[in-house]
Amino acid sequence: MTSIGTGYDLGNSIFSPDGRNFQVEYAAKAVENGGTSIGIRCKDGVVLAVEKIITSKLLKPGANKRIATVDKHMGVVYSGMVPDGRQFIDRARDEARSWRDTFKTPIPTADLASRMGGYLQAYTLYQQVRPFGITAIVGGFDSELELPVDGQVGSGPSCGAGGKDSTKKHGGPFLYMIEPSGLYWGYYGAATGKGRQAAKAELEKLDFSEEGISLEQAVKEAARIIYVAHDDSKDKEFELEMSWISGADGPTKGRHMEVPKELREEAERLAKKAVADDDSDEEEEKEGEKMEE
Amino acid sequence: MDHRPQAWGRPRDDVYGAYDGSYLNHGGPKNATQSPVVTGTSVIALKFKDGVVMAADNLASYGSLARFTDVKRLHTFHNTTILGYGGDVSDMQFLSRLILQIELHQDYELEQLPDIKAQRGQEVMQANNLFTFLKKQMYHCRNHFDPLWNQILIAGFDDERKPFLSSVDLRGTSFSAPSLATGFGAALAQPIMRKYADTEEQAAKLTREEAVEIVKECMKVLFYRDARSLDRYSIAVVTKDGIDLKENEQLEKQSWAFAERIKGYGTQTV
Repeated sequence: MTSIGTGYDLGNSIFSPDGRNFQVEYAAKAVENGGTSIGIRCKDGVVLAVEKIITSKLLKPGANKRIATVDKHMGVVYSGMVPDGRQFIDRARDEARSWRDTFKTPIPTADLASRMGGYLQAYTLYQQVRPFGITAIVGGFDSELELPVDGQVGSGPSCGAGGKDSTKKHGGPFLYMIEPSGLYWGYYGAATGKGRQAAKAELEKLDFSEEGISLEQAVKEAARIIYVAHDDSKDKEFELEMSWISGADGPTKGRHMEVPKELREEAERLAKKAVADDDSDEEEEKEGEKMEE
Repeated sequence: MDHRPQAWGRPRDDVYGAYDGSYLNHGGPKNATQSPVVTGTSVIALKFKDGVVMAADNLASYGSLARFTDVKRLHTFHNTTILGYGGDVSDMQFLSRLILQIELHQDYELEQLPDIKAQRGQEVMQANNLFTFLKKQMYHCRNHFDPLWNQILIAGFDDERKPFLSSVDLRGTSFSAPSLATGFGAALAQPIMRKYADTEEQAAKLTREEAVEIVKECMKVLFYRDARSLDRYSIAVVTKDGIDLKENEQLEKQSWAFAERIKGYGTQTV
């Protein structure tokens, strides 16, 4: 760490001579120690998953959820410092609510990502604050249907000026990842936390095209990726938490909700099997090498 | 020339004289809503063996003008509770948005309570809880001399999972009965419903089909005799399986033969 002792890492709002903000880089380090979280955007929905490391046997299984709902159609998962993540979610909910107050319609995923990106960026500017120690993954499904505004009671005139291009497609699944610097990109597959390298390698193998994997397959892939990215030697116990969002005609009817228990358990069973098969393949290869010697 | 924004679009003082704003300062106390503007007429509801049926027509009147003819006055909360609004339509919209926020907040809290969620399903807040909330909201607003000009029927299930039906009005007055009706319905539909279900015991014997038939009959009577009503209506049935909401029903088998026998007003000369 060449930065230590130079004095440029002591606060936000001071660049080092080579143009870096060390506080933001240290925040990214905090993220790298958190349990892996991933998001998958496929043709008909979004899946969020997190490897929740069990820090104590005294914690109640299934309690202390890490994935949160921000609005009906949107969820957030994050890696890094849990209290920072909770604050992020509170703020995201406030943003979603204020959007509804103003526009009487659910906030589009892109707009929430933009607002939260701006919020995190503001915490890189001032000496008095530290950046957020999280990288958050935001998944949402913006309705493809013509939605009534909140509180709408009638449908209005059936003829007259409309201004809608009926050939244009609106809405769909969206996935964004927001880093401590405030940087955010839209993704088909996003991964952060401890196992992000392994997870990204697995995500790159998936087919996200229109002919690609379905939402249900994505749930199974997400479970497998979390199991692959989990490092047995460092952390023994973890819980897999998963949520999903489909369109209005899909299994969640446009809402963000926890993956049902049966499907999650099935996905976990397949994930464990896939990981076990992989391990035994590797051992066979090793044994094969020995035989050649 | 006065370039200040507050003078934009105003007649020039040097040409027309100073603006007379005296009408804005009436000097009296603050005036909140004194009467409703765009209104919905009756809402009626009837309990039966395994739930509640509710109906309201799709009209929003502007005084005596039938202004909006596709207004949905039956709203749902989660998939467990029906709200039927009579009275001011803008106040109904305000309440509908308020309830949407409660629905969202419920979801946030439930996420942290997986046990309660598993035990009671997706929805912890039952019809009676929502009713208590609305009752307090209505009474709160009337205490600030700015009432929400509605009478609302709330139908669903209570904590004991028994059919629930209650009413609350703009003053916060609330009551329950096996059958309820707001507005003109209180005079025209209520006696018909009481004929079939005067007590809770009688209501508990009604089947779903019977209850729906009675309510449809009442909607017909209301259309015959209430001049601010419409023959298109919404009808909702709430049972333990959820809500069956139909928003574009047409009154069937109307017969205006009775009208011939009515004498004593209008253009008749005899």
